[in-house]
Amino acid sequence: MVKGGKARRKTAARKTAPRKMPPRRYPRRGSGVGARSSKPREAVVTVPVTVPYVRYSLRSAHWFVARALAQLLKQSGLDKSDIDGLSVGSFTLSPDTAIGLTQHLGVTVRWLDHLPLGGACGIVALRRALRAVEAADAEVVACIGADTNHVDSFRQSLGSFSVFARDAVLPYGAGGPNASFAFLTSYYMRTFGATREDFGKICVAQRENALGYPHALFKKKLTLEEYLHARPIADPIRLFDCVMPCAGAEGFLVMTRERARALGLPFAEVRSTCERHNAFPDDPIQIRGGWVLDRDQLYGKAGVEPKDIDFVETYDDYPVMSIIQIEDLGFCAKGEGAEFIRRHSFTTEGSFPLNTSGGQLSVGQAGCAAGFLGLVESIRQLTDRNLARAVPDARFGLAVGFGMITYDRGLCSGAAVLGRADA
Amino acid sequence: MIRPLARPRRKNPALRTRQPLLPPGARSRAALGLTAAAALGRFELQVCEECGAVQYPPREICHCCLSGALRWREQSGLGELLSTTVLHHSHDPFFRERVPWRLGLVRLDAGPTVVAHLHSGCRPVPSRVRVGVRLDKSGQGVLLAFPLDEVPNMADDPELREMTCDPRFRKALVTDGKTGVGQALVRALIGAGADLVWVGYAEPWKRQPGFAELEALPQVALVPLDLTDSRSVKETAAEIAGRVDILVNTAEVHRAHGIASRSGVESARAEMDVNYFGLLRLAQEFAPAMRARGADGASSATAWVNVLSIYALANYPPHGTFSASKAAALSLSQCLRAEMRPGGIRVINVFPGPIDDEWSQTLPPPKLSAAALAKSVIRALEDGVEDVYPGEVAEEWLARLRESPKTLERELSL
Repeated sequence: MVKGGKARRKTAARKTAPRKMPPRRYPRRGSGVGARSSKPREAVVTVPVTVPYVRYSLRSAHWFVARALAQLLKQSGLDKSDIDGLSVGSFTLSPDTAIGLTQHLGVTVRWLDHLPLGGACGIVALRRALRAVEAADAEVVACIGADTNHVDSFRQSLGSFSVFARDAVLPYGAGGPNASFAFLTSYYMRTFGATREDFGKICVAQRENALGYPHALFKKKLTLEEYLHARPIADPIRLFDCVMPCAGAEGFLVMTRERARALGLPFAEVRSTCERHNAFPDDPIQIRGGWVLDRDQLYGKAGVEPKDIDFVETYDDYPVMSIIQIEDLGFCAKGEGAEFIRRHSFTTEGSFPLNTSGGQLSVGQAGCAAGFLGLVESIRQLTDRNLARAVPDARFGLAVGFGMITYDRGLCSGAAVLGRADA
Repeated sequence: MIRPLARPRRKNPALRTRQPLLPPGARSRAALGLTAAAALGRFELQVCEECGAVQYPPREICHCCLSGALRWREQSGLGELLSTTVLHHSHDPFFRERVPWRLGLVRLDAGPTVVAHLHSGCRPVPSRVRVGVRLDKSGQGVLLAFPLDEVPNMADDPELREMTCDPRFRKALVTDGKTGVGQALVRALIGAGADLVWVGYAEPWKRQPGFAELEALPQVALVPLDLTDSRSVKETAAEIAGRVDILVNTAEVHRAHGIASRSGVESARAEMDVNYFGLLRLAQEFAPAMRARGADGASSATAWVNVLSIYALANYPPHGTFSASKAAALSLSQCLRAEMRPGGIRVINVFPGPIDDEWSQTLPPPKLSAAALAKSVIRALEDGVEDVYPGEVAEEWLARLRESPKTLERELSL
């Protein structure tokens, strides 16, 4: 495993002073000193669940939501009647929305949210659920991202995705976002000197990570050669730059710290979150996302800096987006992504662990569940409920959301800094 | 460097004819403004009348100031090519059989960033391009980025050729070759590279000047075709309909009458019989065969041209019954256009003002020469537009009509 010099220093530093640090080394900022203790209710995130992915399913999205909820109940020991908040992210529930699901699933809730925000719906669901629990609008919120995938349903969904897509993208043959990200990848490569090998390194490393994750649809090692010579899709994008649409679900529970403790559930703290929609609309091409506007506040409130983050779960619908998120979230300057890639290994045990369950590129993209994938993996890493290999000594994880390419760019961006309880 | 289009090889009759598919044709109502302008060969985008913002994709309100006062305004289309890609894969069946397909992302000088089809003559990124609009096979307006300067074999770009009806290497039928307009069109089609032009003629006992010379041209084949006779149309269609790539309907009866100037309906019926029922007979016999060949290789069936009249849009009382027959023909051609769309066949309506022939003898100039009319039809085929208003009179009528149909009606009745 190749480790960059800088990363090795970071790891070494961490190992010299791991657990002896004063507990308040990473105090949160934002609402005054001791904000955490002064808060009457603090919500935490717990019980990460996954309904195993399949390439195609005969089931409806309802089934996947239901199976996720069943797992949430089973693993938490809660009864259905304890769930008084429900947040659902899904594209394929139509003609239903979250409200229809309440009757479908037989749940009675006093807080309900429907978030068809694709790659951002996990982060947004988390943000809102936290507020709901902290405001005592709900005690336990089940957040679920779920979608089904029938044969040919991806193509059919393209036409109904957005008015702009129907008017100004589909007539150009660019079904789905492949062409948009081909433009961006090509632009990035030309402007900043990144190469196919750079992007390939990310994909290969994520596949390595995925080999340790039982739910990943891709179970075979990927070599750089295979990546470079895969079937061309939209120049310069080839097959392994693209995610595989599939069916599946992800979910977690949001509840108060006290409730989680009482239930004996290992939980992660949510240090801070951010959300931004339609940022930089005048940029000619999407070379940055809303994170640029929000990162200072994100880290400020979390009381951590990028160097304190132990692993990152990007929204990796295409490798170029991972690198843009790494830049925009302050791990390197804009345009230095290629250099950053060359310095790091991105494997779980290596330097800069990235998408430690394999990311969508290796696990699959189950519609809105993809917006939950990184969050759910982060919760697992920080609560020692790993299904994939564990990041050594992980205390802080960053999960990123990005989504909704309604025309030429992704409109939603979001991120969450999660911490090990009492880190 | 664009490879010049090679003469298509003879069709192998043992192979199945490729079935016509269309690119995605669904549009929001707002987006149809692009198509409406494209039908005339104009590239227009929505411009806010309040704040001046230019926007794309189309919306119902201004994305800057939220005003609802949007006007479609002609654009230069100049911009910078930011990035390009070549699709090797598409979920859409139409594109799936046409990949590799080039696309470009262009930042227009006017503001918006647009996704556009990319002409292969464009220079590599970064470069300046001119975005234009074309009707695609589904009949909807799409953007296409062109190089700033003319490049050799410009029209042979495979993406552009999917959107135009270039006569080169194609076979055309001119339904009446005896008139001045018919003869000019035959010559113009040959001049534009048509392989073969069938020239219809009715009433063989009438000799017309110029017809014998036309007959002598190697690309010309005469076919008997009398649009007032269903059997004649059926028989000729049985012979050639499966090979006609471009049909130009020039057959016309034109008498200079209003209502009061003549008793009886005989001449009006004669006008309707050719101008309206003739079109209907032609469409019933030729359209199904053409529609089935909309994707038949590089020289597929591609266009149906109706030479109508500007009087189809508003009645010109001195030629009142003729105007009515052309209005009927226009209405029918809109039906034909809808029925031809599944085959990707473009229906082009030509609305000339007075043509310099014997039936417009008493009208003052400017009058359109047959050659000028023919030239505008060829340009329409090459640009793939849908409605053509050749000559100053037609353009002026169109402008007046767009401003106020009622005012035009009053003006014409004075």
